[in-house]
Amino acid sequence: MSVALHEEHAHDPAHIRKVAMWVFLGSECLLFGTLISTFLLYRTRTGSGPTAADVFDIPFTSVSSFILLMSSLTMVLAHHSSVRKDYRQMRLWLVATALLGVTFLAGQVFEFTEFVHEGLTVTTSPFGSSFFVLTSFHGAHVAVGVLMLLVTALMSFTGKWRPDAGMDVELVGLYWHFVDIVWIVIFTVVYLLQV
Amino acid sequence: MAQQRPHPRPRDYWVVALILAVITAAEVSVTYIDFLDAAVAPMLLVMAAAKFAIVVGWFMHLRFDAPMYRRLFLIGVIAAPILFAAVLFSFGVLIG
Repeated sequence: MSVALHEEHAHDPAHIRKVAMWVFLGSECLLFGTLISTFLLYRTRTGSGPTAADVFDIPFTSVSSFILLMSSLTMVLAHHSSVRKDYRQMRLWLVATALLGVTFLAGQVFEFTEFVHEGLTVTTSPFGSSFFVLTSFHGAHVAVGVLMLLVTALMSFTGKWRPDAGMDVELVGLYWHFVDIVWIVIFTVVYLLQV
Repeated sequence: MAQQRPHPRPRDYWVVALILAVITAAEVSVTYIDFLDAAVAPMLLVMAAAKFAIVVGWFMHLRFDAPMYRRLFLIGVIAAPILFAAVLFSFGVLIG
């Protein structure tokens, strides 16, 4: 980074917030890296419980993945609308993103319920524990993202919408896209490569 | 910021989303093709890496924003596989 660039933005609050978000996302890579490593370590230790091939429903999870992937499109369109100060469109895309996120979460709840019925729980085997911990952590991140999206959309209805609020949408967007890229890795490593 | 490129337009985002959808469909399809066998895993990893790079570059704007953000994120992205290898080595080989 050049000194000039650093000095130019050193006191810009928007820049500082964005740097903080990127540092946070970088640290989140380590969190999910650890959880995925743990899953890979225990993926074959199924004990007397079901294996990945026994319980995973790839067509169903593929649809969930597609939904989350498309929520990144609606999110980036929300950000684009906020940059153009078209707040009506921005709210529309934010709510659409939240709805897609809720649909993904509903799919995950359904999937977990099916797994439990088929005998895979968090205590069944090391495979079950590492799978549920990893995917639940990701689900919790999606849930937090949905809350952030809804709060941002609701705030835009109030008179407290600041001139620099576009940065709020950008930061929520960065978090949301990160949740999406983590799922890209989970979908491949945890689901597709195990069946 | 002199090093920034102009950001994409909504039409570009729709095209990127279409590419991501096609790659996802290809990922699922290759798992059903029996004769690919040993080639499936590398193909899936390459496609996942492509999707990861597209979302980070286009939707998260790392292609277009200041290089500083890219460097900050890369620290985490590079450190994660190192941590990944360390965990697998420690528990898989050293501890068993």
